[in-house]
Amino acid sequence: MSKTNIRSDFPILATSSRGKPLTYLDNAATTQKPQCVIDKIGDYYATFNANVHRAAHEMAEKATAELERTRESCAKFLNAKSTNEIIFTKGTTESINLVANSVPLFSEKRRNIVISELEHHSNIVPWHLVAERHNLRVAAIGISDDGELDLNQARSLINDDTALVAITHVSNGLGVVNDVKAICRMAREHGALCLVDGAQSALHFPINVEDIDCDFFVFSGHKLFGPTGIGVLWGRIELLEKMTPWQGGGEMIEKVSITSSTYQQPPFKFEAGTPNIAGAVGLGAALKYLEQIDRDSLGKAQDSLVKNTTERLADMPGIKLIGNPNKRSAIISFLVENSHPNDIGTLLDQQGIALRAGHHCNMPLMDRLGIPGTVRASFSLYNDDSDGDRLISGLEKAQTFL
Amino acid sequence: MELAEIKESFEFFDDWEDKYRFILEIGKDLPDMDDDYRIEKNLIRGCQSQVWLVYAIEDNKLRFQIDSDAHIVRGLLKILLVAINNLSPSEIIETDLETLFEELGLMAHLSMSRGNGLRAMIGKINQIAENGAS
Repeated sequence: MSKTNIRSDFPILATSSRGKPLTYLDNAATTQKPQCVIDKIGDYYATFNANVHRAAHEMAEKATAELERTRESCAKFLNAKSTNEIIFTKGTTESINLVANSVPLFSEKRRNIVISELEHHSNIVPWHLVAERHNLRVAAIGISDDGELDLNQARSLINDDTALVAITHVSNGLGVVNDVKAICRMAREHGALCLVDGAQSALHFPINVEDIDCDFFVFSGHKLFGPTGIGVLWGRIELLEKMTPWQGGGEMIEKVSITSSTYQQPPFKFEAGTPNIAGAVGLGAALKYLEQIDRDSLGKAQDSLVKNTTERLADMPGIKLIGNPNKRSAIISFLVENSHPNDIGTLLDQQGIALRAGHHCNMPLMDRLGIPGTVRASFSLYNDDSDGDRLISGLEKAQTFL
Repeated sequence: MELAEIKESFEFFDDWEDKYRFILEIGKDLPDMDDDYRIEKNLIRGCQSQVWLVYAIEDNKLRFQIDSDAHIVRGLLKILLVAINNLSPSEIIETDLETLFEELGLMAHLSMSRGNGLRAMIGKINQIAENGAS
């Protein structure tokens, strides 16, 4: 039977912060880790630490098998056709940089890269870098005041001049869930490539890359109960085969002479050097854990906690919600009258409530909304009503200081 | 307000609430900076909140004007100003600001974490003092 009460699986949630029980509402930054993931990483170092893919000994065989098993789990997690489509990276940021550096984007004809105003800097800056190098233009799909993408504008921005569309599945600043399927369809109609940033979605919805019909999907292990420093780039195999490697080194080559080299097939072509083996092993444990818990009912409980907390915040005097999405993920952004987001962050931190205050690596979004930043509460599957209650009472207390 | 008064007040605080109410209160004493000075050129880089700094040197004394759009930061800046305003560059260099904030139990605000306004501000002030002393 799958688990419906998971809080006790996460040892950090029983600790305290500033001398008070910890209420962790910074899950969009990183999630906490269940004991099984922590143990698995320890096991790797204690019992089968070895380099992968080359050595002729038992430990290496075991480490390689575990790493490759994680690749299989990732393929299943995303509903990918082949494990060869799963490339291990440091995380979402590196996955996007890999695509930006490896896809032959520049042609005489296609000069535009389309992003949106909701993007995290990690889905903006890599495109700036590649645009500067190849003299391309970066244009952004605008949003309504509620934070919804302007799909009409998207239809005109995405055209036969577009090389690639890079769009986030869920806005890390506002929690808006984007209709990435519709955006990918627009890209496809014009022969453009489409990348979906799944950093904030992969934990919260079942991901099906075939259904989304994107060309690339990226996510980070640490945002779904896995360790930091490991992430995934999924790409269509026929594209990966055509792409040039971004980094060169060991593990990614087929044959090397002094003057030239030939490369392995994907995914190894894109995995130069010793990979983050402990990270991959830990990610494997996290994905296994996600299979063991009842994600469906935990997700429903989380959604009702988020909905309930959003309504309570909306009813509080002096609180202004930022963004009002039709479909909200587990993120709530708001401002408190007569204060800077950082003031609220500090006053909540003193009460053991961990959340994020600031621009959330969303400077263009904050500029668009004309605000310096927001206070952001982001939830995960282990949060419960007590966390929502503490957020509200913590805010009420903070307001007495202002 | 003298630094001794601030230190004395801090000794009597029982909990974080007293401390932060005090910080917010003294932040209100910090004079608002003229809009003409609240400009990009005077922004301190590396702060999550906006922090502006202007200064002048007269009779070998450095006079600072500092402002922020965040209330708690304003309070911390007020403490900083009480500690160093109108001192000579060499006196500022000799002032151990880190120890001061440690004594006041405010080290969290000096943490190495990115975007910390106070640390960036102290760095800037020391740099100005060193330039003024040379």
